[in-house]
Amino acid sequence: MHVRIQEADFDVGSELAALRRADPRIGALASFVGLVRDVSGGAGVSEMHLEHYPGMTEKALAAIVGEALQRWSLIDVLVIHRVGRLLPTDQIVLVAVAAAHRAEAFAACAFIMDYLKTRAPFWKRELTPEGARWVEAREADDRAAERWRQPGG
Amino acid sequence: MLTILYFASVRERVGRAAEELVLPAGVADVAGLLRHLGQRGGAWEGLARIANLRCAVNQQMVALDSPIADGDEVAFFPPVTGG
Repeated sequence: MHVRIQEADFDVGSELAALRRADPRIGALASFVGLVRDVSGGAGVSEMHLEHYPGMTEKALAAIVGEALQRWSLIDVLVIHRVGRLLPTDQIVLVAVAAAHRAEAFAACAFIMDYLKTRAPFWKRELTPEGARWVEAREADDRAAERWRQPGG
Repeated sequence: MLTILYFASVRERVGRAAEELVLPAGVADVAGLLRHLGQRGGAWEGLARIANLRCAVNQQMVALDSPIADGDEVAFFPPVTGG
């Protein structure tokens, strides 16, 4: 398991290559990349600032990945999340899941993103023509995370 | 001593990112701490009324009725918006 919080950009190709080359049992590698859009809630976005809670962020992401490792048979997981100043088209987050087969890799990748959106302490602030504003949490994200709840869990 | 942290819109609202506070007498949970902070008046009065206020104790997200004890790190913030 690898969890990284960084200001710097990342290269998806080399990150995925390193992940798959580390273990020849890997038969499936699913990945998701989240990007900064230039529009949000009808307003133009010229830049974004991502704040986080150092210490808790790493713990929360490790706990989410740990839960994925318990639910599915996975070989390795990589999560990179950027913080600081970002511009439209910039990469924000990479989640990559390596498994023997695709079903586990696809499911765990979606699960990790859904939980990251609702449980990892990051906050986005957007700069629009009307000024800077904090991004509001979306109910759709809560519902997306809710669908992974297990009976009694 | 408690360490209290404020993030994002909550930090801007109270105008403070962090503080150390001697655990006030009679405060045993997060809700009690919010009541205590509200006595400062001004923006602090509104802290407990922030819709969907989130809280973490020792870097674990918890409900507002969760207990706190001397030495804890308590954080207040809005719903998260990463990813």
